[in-house]
Amino acid sequence: MATTQLSAPPLKPYPVIPILEVGAMAGTKSFPANAQIQQALGFPGELVEDWHDKAIAKLGELLGKYRSLKVYLDACVHCGACTDKCHYFLGTGDPKNMPVARQDLLRKVYRRHFTWSGKLFPKLVGAEDLTKEVLDDWYSYFNQCSECRRCSVYCPYGIDTAEITMAAREVMDSIGLGTKYTNEIIGKVHRVGNNLGLPGPALQDTLSSIEEDLKEETGLDIRLPVNEKGAEVLLVTPSADFFAEPHVYSLMGYAKVFHAAGISWTLSTHASEAANFGMFIGNYAQMQKIATRVRESVLDLGAKRLVVGECGHAWRAAYSFWNTLIGPFDFLDPNYPVPQHICELTYDLIQRGALSFDKGANDKYVVTFHDSCNVARASRMGSLPGGQFEIPRAIIRAVAHKFVDMNPETIREKTFCCGGGGGILTDDLLEVRVKGALPRMEALQAVVESDGVNFMATICAICKAQFSKVLPYYKFNMGMVGGVHQLVGNAIRLGPK
Amino acid sequence: MSSIEVNGKSYETDEEGYLVNLAEWDEDIGKVLAQGENIDMTPSHWEVVNFLRDYYNEFQIAPAVRVLTKAIGKKLGPDKGNSQYLYELFPYGPAKQACKIAGLPKPTGCI
Repeated sequence: MATTQLSAPPLKPYPVIPILEVGAMAGTKSFPANAQIQQALGFPGELVEDWHDKAIAKLGELLGKYRSLKVYLDACVHCGACTDKCHYFLGTGDPKNMPVARQDLLRKVYRRHFTWSGKLFPKLVGAEDLTKEVLDDWYSYFNQCSECRRCSVYCPYGIDTAEITMAAREVMDSIGLGTKYTNEIIGKVHRVGNNLGLPGPALQDTLSSIEEDLKEETGLDIRLPVNEKGAEVLLVTPSADFFAEPHVYSLMGYAKVFHAAGISWTLSTHASEAANFGMFIGNYAQMQKIATRVRESVLDLGAKRLVVGECGHAWRAAYSFWNTLIGPFDFLDPNYPVPQHICELTYDLIQRGALSFDKGANDKYVVTFHDSCNVARASRMGSLPGGQFEIPRAIIRAVAHKFVDMNPETIREKTFCCGGGGGILTDDLLEVRVKGALPRMEALQAVVESDGVNFMATICAICKAQFSKVLPYYKFNMGMVGGVHQLVGNAIRLGPK
Repeated sequence: MSSIEVNGKSYETDEEGYLVNLAEWDEDIGKVLAQGENIDMTPSHWEVVNFLRDYYNEFQIAPAVRVLTKAIGKKLGPDKGNSQYLYELFPYGPAKQACKIAGLPKPTGCI
């Protein structure tokens, strides 16, 4: 693997709009999914012969189903407000990574086939046929968008550009052009139960190993129960929490919170994954099928509360879509949010005085918080607007003495994507990921210099994996990133009950 | 599909260089895969690779990083039972790089 050839762009003290590099990223393509992977999801195994007609028909189908897509394709006036808001454009300089230009790859085909002016006078209105070259551009550039929706915050028309990316990916899947990373993973969720492909016995072995570690660390029997019927809480969390570092430290943090509060809880081997990559590829049927495992598990185990671990897009799927995908949840305890984020659960316990902390345990850290895009711009927490920003920060302040925010233009609803979201956290797109991380790395560099920040907390498995990988390219230590519940786990006071 | 040549025989790999048929794996193939990663295999590297294969045979998945570090710590000493040591051996990341050399499929997901 080319680990050393790739170098990160230089960090600048303030954001600068890059000099355009036309076509710089055109050749950077995610590995296509092979026939086996595609067919397992019901997609054609390879590019179908009549791909042009099929693609146009599929686009027509989506326009009929999603009024929003038609509005977004019609409404853009090319004002340019979004152009310099995308981390991939800022990092690569490729003009087709400007959100407006990326969308126009689809919009020009829409105009050609679905508007009267584009049918009659294509050249006058920027309408174009779907040629093989255009399709190649779709595959390159719609797979260099993390669907983070930062550009949408700045769009005067509120165009949700992620929805256009999702539609383009849905059209491509329907003609046989999927990406290996997303579609292999979705297949594993159906086959094994999680993105990793971690079978039940391996999960149980891993969890007992972590229980041993917790016993050694604390002297207490802190449990990580799985498939326990009658537990009050079912926790659905990304499978990376079982497998990878730093993710696993947050898992240990959740276990300590449940232990300290005396809440009975369980994980499920059937729903051993919070992630829902069906959203990334814009496929409603896949999204629903993946989410259904959660409903089946909560009913089977008889849990009264449904809690979601640190996973950004899973929280979007849970908060915004579960009710219509797999609801209603009228059998769950109405005294708690349905579903509830693990941060809401911990924050509520802190508010009620049910947890106490030794903040000194985190004194080696000066902490900052990276808002994950899907939590920040597609969901909420708690009962007040902006709870998704305040609650994680309030938890950090409760468990650590030193906290500073990064540049206000780069956090909360204006947060920059980590560079690996939306289904592109794959080695074959490492260049896109490293370059796309530039704006976040610049904001981090500033607080490292001004306040000595040495820990960037986040509540998303993709953010954690992405930063662990790309931080070293920017000369930061990969251990600088971790979870909010990692900090909670460090500081929480545990006593024999 | 790509392939690698080992002792005059050709073995199929996927587009990222992972061995397609893990039953074909032997130490010579492991050495060739390691060369592709610019890694000189030492006895410590082999400890990790062999543990991965044993674990995979039992559980059909590579071990979690924490399970691996604990096992290596027990075998090679507590100072080596951490991910920093594993990153020294496999700079691109123990999960992905060591799996490739061990002939196992690449772990997928948000890792």
